[in-house]
Amino acid sequence: MTQETLSDWVRKLRAREISSRELTRLYLDRIERLDADLNSFVTVTAESALEQADAADARLAQGEEAPLLGVPVAQKDIFCTRGVRTACGSRMLDPFVSPYDATVVERMHAAGAVMLGKTNMDEFAMGSSNETSFYGPVRNPWDTTRVPGGSSGGSAAAVGARLVPGATGTDTGGSIRQPAAFCGITGLKPTYGRVSRYGMIAFASSLDQGGPMAASAEDCGHMLNAMAGFDERDSTSLERPAEDFTAGLDADLSGLRIGLPQEFFGEGLDDGIRAVLDEAIRVLRERGAEIREVSLPNSHLSVPAYYVVAPAEASSNLSRFDGVRYGYRCEDPQDLLDLYTRSRGEGFGAEVKRRIMVGTHVLSAGYYDAYYLKAQKVRRVIADDFRRVFADVDLLLGPTTPELPFELGAKSADPVKMYLSDIYTIAANLAGLPAMSLPAGEVQGLPVGLQLIGNYFDEARMIGVAHQFQQETDWHARVPSAFA
Amino acid sequence: MSVDTEHVQRIAELSRLAMDADQAREFATGLSDIFDFVEQLDGADIEGVEPMAHPMDAAQRMRPDAVTEPDRREDYQAIAPAVEAGLYLVPRVIE
Repeated sequence: MTQETLSDWVRKLRAREISSRELTRLYLDRIERLDADLNSFVTVTAESALEQADAADARLAQGEEAPLLGVPVAQKDIFCTRGVRTACGSRMLDPFVSPYDATVVERMHAAGAVMLGKTNMDEFAMGSSNETSFYGPVRNPWDTTRVPGGSSGGSAAAVGARLVPGATGTDTGGSIRQPAAFCGITGLKPTYGRVSRYGMIAFASSLDQGGPMAASAEDCGHMLNAMAGFDERDSTSLERPAEDFTAGLDADLSGLRIGLPQEFFGEGLDDGIRAVLDEAIRVLRERGAEIREVSLPNSHLSVPAYYVVAPAEASSNLSRFDGVRYGYRCEDPQDLLDLYTRSRGEGFGAEVKRRIMVGTHVLSAGYYDAYYLKAQKVRRVIADDFRRVFADVDLLLGPTTPELPFELGAKSADPVKMYLSDIYTIAANLAGLPAMSLPAGEVQGLPVGLQLIGNYFDEARMIGVAHQFQQETDWHARVPSAFA
Repeated sequence: MSVDTEHVQRIAELSRLAMDADQAREFATGLSDIFDFVEQLDGADIEGVEPMAHPMDAAQRMRPDAVTEPDRREDYQAIAPAVEAGLYLVPRVIE
């Protein structure tokens, strides 16, 4: 019973072919049996999940049709959950039991979702391999010697292994799309401002965006329907009319203009991945899509610009962790400065410290213009490249990652090498554009992700195109044999 | 640009991170690599470009100046490392 997608379960629950309690038990049992090999969950909330399932069954019995009514989901441990530890992969927040729910958690609860637990992640979402978590690395269900990607690695591995039908992620520089690609699932980063950041622990506030991770594009549409919407508690939340993100599923691809940014197909792209993309492009062309080469001439500057902007914002956001109001506090502080510096020195891991220091440095007197201001200008140049290209095409298509899932430890010693894992994903964050990754093939038994980047607010079209691709192919339906 | 151990310790101090010389030495290589890497921005053609702070150039919303949050002091203090009589405790700062 793991072939069903989240969308299948929505239908079966509404048809009363299965109860939410039965479904919740089914997945809780899979987590218990199989997660020891993956470490994808940091907290399992079995008891409250069964209570939520019973409540959902009562609502279903009354004929209610909330978008996720009765469907088991997992929350990335970056989303605050009232009464449940919210550690964000960090020793700093290991003692933190949130006194409130994130808006995303609240909205999904209202939509009837049943939370099975919280998923593992890179510490404060800083990482591309899920190796920086205080709770240990997550392993890739397709090959447990390899990383699941990061930072939403727990959510990706859990969905990939079908321990849960859908999970939330957050994407600051690729943290939904890169692990989705590595674990053979579909993941979507919405337009900046679509999904509330309230209660989503901040990393880089001008880039962070929550989104869905599930087997199929249709699943992501159902989840996004529950997650997205204006929230006055997030000052950057966008006021937009409500939208059905599954409205474009029947999309006709004929005449659809898809751009291939030539910079995404250059040197550094794995040959196997290139071949998978060529085949995917052929499938879309056969369905009537018009394929054009386009250029994003400043895209090579996106990773360097990101590694100024994101750490700068992180150093400011993470200054709230001071050992005074919540979270970790060092033993026997001698004075206030000692309390701050040792609580932070002991509470944060190496990668988080590295980024706080990069951010502090680029914002410090004498360096601000040379780094931060320059990066903010480059950011606009990168966004302008996209604006130009979207005058001529409807969607962009390229690889999600330059290479296949790598072995644990392969990049741990070299931060810059690790940062380049996100070379194709970061530009969409800098521009604030929606983007997604969907499974498009396999190389050496490992999944390959295809990335779509859409124009602002064009999620429904993107989901529709991805859905049509998934009607022609079955890569999204494949489950690693050890977890089938 | 390359940073030495002393410079790393200075940045750590500004970042309020306790760090001894051995730890600073371990960070020096990675930080130097990152600062070298981001120097690629020097080649960007950004003459006359306005810095971008928000993807949609949106401004902060205004809202009525009204109290909207309930008083949940006890809930919030229940998760603090040390409190007494409704106050957060820190080491003595005034002798």
